[in-house]
Amino acid sequence: MNEKLYLEDEENLGTQVDENYEQVYCRPDTLTDIPFHYCPGCGHSVVHRVLMEVIAELGIQEETIGIAPVGCSVFAYNYMNIDMQEAAHGRASAVATGVKRVLPDKYVFSYQGDGDLAAIGTAETIHTVNRGENILMLFINNGIYGMTGGQMAPTSLIGQVTSTSPYGRDAAQVGSPIKIADMLCLLPGAYYVTRQIVHNPGGVRKLKKALIKAFEYQKQKKGTCFVEVVSNCPSGWKMTPVETIKYIEEQMLPMYPLGDLKVPKN
Amino acid sequence: MENKEKKSGEARLMKGNEALAEAAIRADIDAYFGYPITPQSEVIEYLTREVPIRKEIKTVVLQAESEVASINMVYGAAGAGARVMTSSSSPGISLMQEGLSYIASAQLPCLVANVVRGGPGLGTIQPSQGDYFQATKGGGHGDYHLIVLAPASVQEMADFVFDGFKLAEKYRNPVMILSDGALGQMMEKVILPEEGSLPKTSAPWATTGKTKNREHNVITSLFIQPEEMEQVNLRLQEKYEAIQSEVRYEEIQTEDAEILLVAFGLSSRICQKTVDLAREKGIKVGLFRPITVYPYPYARLKELSNQVEFMLTVEMNAGQMVEDVRLAVEGKVPVHFIGRMGGMILSPEDILHKLESVHESQNTVNV
Ligand SMILES: Cc1ncc(C[n+]2csc(CCOP(=O)(O)OP(=O)(O)O)c2C)c(N)n1
Ligand code: SF4
Repeated sequence: MNEKLYLEDEENLGTQVDENYEQVYCRPDTLTDIPFHYCPGCGHSVVHRVLMEVIAELGIQEETIGIAPVGCSVFAYNYMNIDMQEAAHGRASAVATGVKRVLPDKYVFSYQGDGDLAAIGTAETIHTVNRGENILMLFINNGIYGMTGGQMAPTSLIGQVTSTSPYGRDAAQVGSPIKIADMLCLLPGAYYVTRQIVHNPGGVRKLKKALIKAFEYQKQKKGTCFVEVVSNCPSGWKMTPVETIKYIEEQMLPMYPLGDLKVPKN
Repeated sequence: MENKEKKSGEARLMKGNEALAEAAIRADIDAYFGYPITPQSEVIEYLTREVPIRKEIKTVVLQAESEVASINMVYGAAGAGARVMTSSSSPGISLMQEGLSYIASAQLPCLVANVVRGGPGLGTIQPSQGDYFQATKGGGHGDYHLIVLAPASVQEMADFVFDGFKLAEKYRNPVMILSDGALGQMMEKVILPEEGSLPKTSAPWATTGKTKNREHNVITSLFIQPEEMEQVNLRLQEKYEAIQSEVRYEEIQTEDAEILLVAFGLSSRICQKTVDLAREKGIKVGLFRPITVYPYPYARLKELSNQVEFMLTVEMNAGQMVEDVRLAVEGKVPVHFIGRMGGMILSPEDILHKLESVHESQNTVNV
């Protein structure tokens, strides 16, 4: 490596490193250098990073097409340095189907929030998985509509206070949280369904592994891989990033337990 | 528009919907996404039947879960550089408006056939021209236009697939074939366009996977900064201005016409007979048929207003295109309207009767 390297940690920021050092960790070139617009502590940032790391490590940047949602990650295509299409609210998996059907040998993923995937786009979600489209559906479940200012989502918890459930979500009025990943497991087209987190390093490593698996399965053309990430929304939840970690662990994970929900049979 | 594509020479008796589907195969479409609705289900039926048994054809044909999904599949495939189409009928086309607005904004080529039925609402499965406003004035949200071709025969149902893709790809804009339930269902002789006579155009902007020697391609309709959004809109408007040069129309016996019938699609077929009936009676009637209803042939209609006593617009709706005719003639001559709705079809005699009564009343006023 000829490039000059500098330390990036707070104490030694900018210190030049001996040129004999080998750089083993850096910003993947699958990310553009545009700074994320996400709120501090938001799960979208980490998921973007992990997803792009996986694409870089698998060496599939040139063969991957992503579909961005409507929601806080609407600008995903600005950050992800791969060919991308922006979809209407809820329609990402239909758009992904269109892309994948005409480019069957490329890797295609859709990236959606809970409002997008589990409310307005429920029909598209179910039928895409039911057809077993050979795509990766990445589902960021933060239990709220982040972008539009913290309204209730289909995945909001019972009693959760949001701007449209100001007295707490009441199941008798608006139904219970939808476990969309569990529902999708029932469909034969679902090949691999898993639920992961990004609020701790162990979780991030597991998500990475899950995403690598999902892309590998996609190559085998066996069906839809659905990766849910239970994520946080400090702004929508009106919490500090640190408080959101506790909330995820104490409130969200009992409702949305982690781990593989459906794995390929050997 | 460019000269007509090559014809196979082989004549077939086909339904309009089948002719459209067969032409799509011959136009070498990469994909068709659709959802059944009467009176156009033969399109998807024909494609799901024919494509698998014709080994040389690689077209993707997929029955989607809804029109919302099918138009978004079209969007995805078009963004990936494919030649792609869908078809539907009125209620289904309403569901597609969201997607069409996105496709128009993202400037992607695609073809949409609307085999119109009577509405509003669930309406009836009989033919109508009630979707003229929706087709020509936008339909979805925002400042955009489709290029809209209005066939009047089964032959044109096939031909306009080729013309439609040429225009869509030239302008990177969705094109609609605005037909109706009668044209979709009736059988006529058709000489099909020759396979392979519509070469594919290159799409360097398409999302086919970022290569090393280019930036990543992004297909989007999101321009959050108002300045940028305005620029995008201005560029779209420039495109629509350029599209005005694609105006197409047909004139029948207009040279000496003193009265002009104006009608598109199926109505114009009925009007041809009225012209004959009127001429037999010594009334000099001509027929003007817009083939492109967007862009609309305003200029030629304006010219014709110098020679005729009045115009009579004939439509299978409550009077929609008549507004464009009035716009064209700028009040120089009276523009009258006759129409029927809800799947009812005018007879040539109905039109002649209306024409004679207007003729009489105009002359009375003049005395
Ligand atoms: C047809 C349509 N309806 C509503 C909206 C407004 N809208 C934008 S984002 C959003 C919710 C997004 O929530 P989610 O998918 O959970 O993503 P998050 O912002 O939380 O990441 C809504 C309702 C829209 N853009 N389009
Ligand atoms: S509103 Fe919530 S989801 Fe959106 S960027 Fe902020 S923290 Fe993230």
